[in-house]
Amino acid sequence: MSAFLLNRLLQSIVLLVIVSIIGFTVLNLMPGGPLAQFGLDPGMTQKDVERLAAQLGLNRPLWIQYLDWAWRLIQGDWGHSFRDGSAVLSVVGHHLLATLLLMGTSTALAIAAGTWIGIRGATHRYSLFDYCATVGAMVALSVPTFWFGLIGIYIFTLKLGWVPAGNMYTIGDGSVLDYLHHLILPSLVLSLVHVAIWSRYMRTATLDALSQDFIKTARAKGVSERRILLKHVIGNALLPMITLAGMQLPSILTGALVTETVFTWPGMGRLFLDSLGYSDYPVVMGLLIFSAILVVLGNLIADIVIATVDPRIRLA
Amino acid sequence: MTAIVAHSAPARWWHSRAVNRFMRHHLALLGIAMITLLVLACAIGPYALPYDSLHIDLRARFAPPLTGHHYLGTDPLGRDLAVRLLMAGRVSLAVGFSAMLLSTLIGTLVGVTAGYRGGWVGAALMRTVDGFLSYPSIFLVLALAATLRPSPVMIAVIIAVTSWMETARIVEAEVRSLREREFVQAARMVGLSRAHIMFREILPNAMGPIIVAASLAVARAILLEAYISFLGYGIQPPLPSWGNMLNGAQQYLASAPWLAIIPGAAITMAVTSFNFIGDGLRDALDVRNDHI
Repeated sequence: MSAFLLNRLLQSIVLLVIVSIIGFTVLNLMPGGPLAQFGLDPGMTQKDVERLAAQLGLNRPLWIQYLDWAWRLIQGDWGHSFRDGSAVLSVVGHHLLATLLLMGTSTALAIAAGTWIGIRGATHRYSLFDYCATVGAMVALSVPTFWFGLIGIYIFTLKLGWVPAGNMYTIGDGSVLDYLHHLILPSLVLSLVHVAIWSRYMRTATLDALSQDFIKTARAKGVSERRILLKHVIGNALLPMITLAGMQLPSILTGALVTETVFTWPGMGRLFLDSLGYSDYPVVMGLLIFSAILVVLGNLIADIVIATVDPRIRLA
Repeated sequence: MTAIVAHSAPARWWHSRAVNRFMRHHLALLGIAMITLLVLACAIGPYALPYDSLHIDLRARFAPPLTGHHYLGTDPLGRDLAVRLLMAGRVSLAVGFSAMLLSTLIGTLVGVTAGYRGGWVGAALMRTVDGFLSYPSIFLVLALAATLRPSPVMIAVIIAVTSWMETARIVEAEVRSLREREFVQAARMVGLSRAHIMFREILPNAMGPIIVAASLAVARAILLEAYISFLGYGIQPPLPSWGNMLNGAQQYLASAPWLAIIPGAAITMAVTSFNFIGDGLRDALDVRNDHI
């Protein structure tokens, strides 16, 4: 187990280095580099910009700048927001919880619905239900998340008046129920794509599990179909889903950004767009790197979990 | 020599098993039909409609669908929605296609190189793929689009450089398994150059998965363009795209819901079609992979 862990840990560190190089490249791609916004300031001459560049060490070779930048990241010095001067890491931290709440709820919804649809599709293969689920999943994968959100707001807020159109809580209320009330629509919207993905994978995984020899043995022993499904199939089919959940993280974050914009949800996605609007590059860069780190760590955790549950993985 | 080649070639390409299987895939045929319809409508439609996509008519603001000759209604500036939708379709489909071509090209080059060379070159390339895949695509695309002055060409390039990784992974796996086959060893023994073996001997045998990935890549590129244009960092007005038509739609959702519903339906239709076609191609070309 420890050899497996060490191996995975090393892989993740290598990946983080590559991720940081990509991020650093993006930062330097911005026209005028990190000082772009001063170029537009009429109060600053070319000389001022050069002096500032020298002061900030931007005239050094790129690889030294990279090492310096990466070393600061590791130490937790992610720079300061252009907008109010607060530390980037704390700004990101303030918005992390709202995003995690949205992502967590919608992922839980997607797993529940997708597991049920997938298993039912596999046990009733080629039935009308299976066919509708297959076509439905493909259409769901093609619907732009923000459009689904707009339609949701139109029907459930404007026409039916069941749920609020946005924000995370009502000012002056803020009870748990109030939070839940605000959470319903955005998390449903965000979960749609993932229900589709999850149900497709779950169907395949269930079919795989159903064709295994131990299922035949169980059937031969006279175990009831229901018990086979609950005890032998679901457990085995859910295992690969842990890896899938890790793999889905980038797309969940992408969906979260769009959903947060439509529902004015105060998470990382909204912060990212606001910061883009203000050309607040330290925060934009911070969020970019942070989201990638979140993904790498999420995958690492998924691998550790699956290795703990499934001895075949760590022994292979 | 030519006679032998002519003899050994299959009867007619449209009699092949792949085409047969594709023709039996109803959803794929539906996808082809929908896309043909969309492309034709976008190509010809604007000439048939009595309005210009940029013609502002402040007396006809917020006309609901089926008002006079405004078949799909008008927008907050009184511009005809139908003609704008079709003009936007040209932009969105063109960006989607070009992004697909470029991302398939990058993905194939990286995949073939990594798969055939292997060793540290292959490892470095594939870890780069992993690195790019760790970024949620929209964060990367937005950060680039916000700084690089978005034109349609630039948007296509930005989408391509952030979405070539899936193709690279698929091609790499395919090439790695083809590398040790007899015909490649034979080619090596004959003394063919590495580039010749990679692109003339191996690549044609890996075309199936590449074509499938490409059809799904169009779908993804159209979606991604819609996302960033909706958020205001993609195609810039007055040039319409399906995404930027939705950009201001949210604030008029109560009074003019068609502004949101119609362009979104067009996006969904186009993306669904390409996903259906991709699914049909996967069945027809017998490509096995675990992606949706």
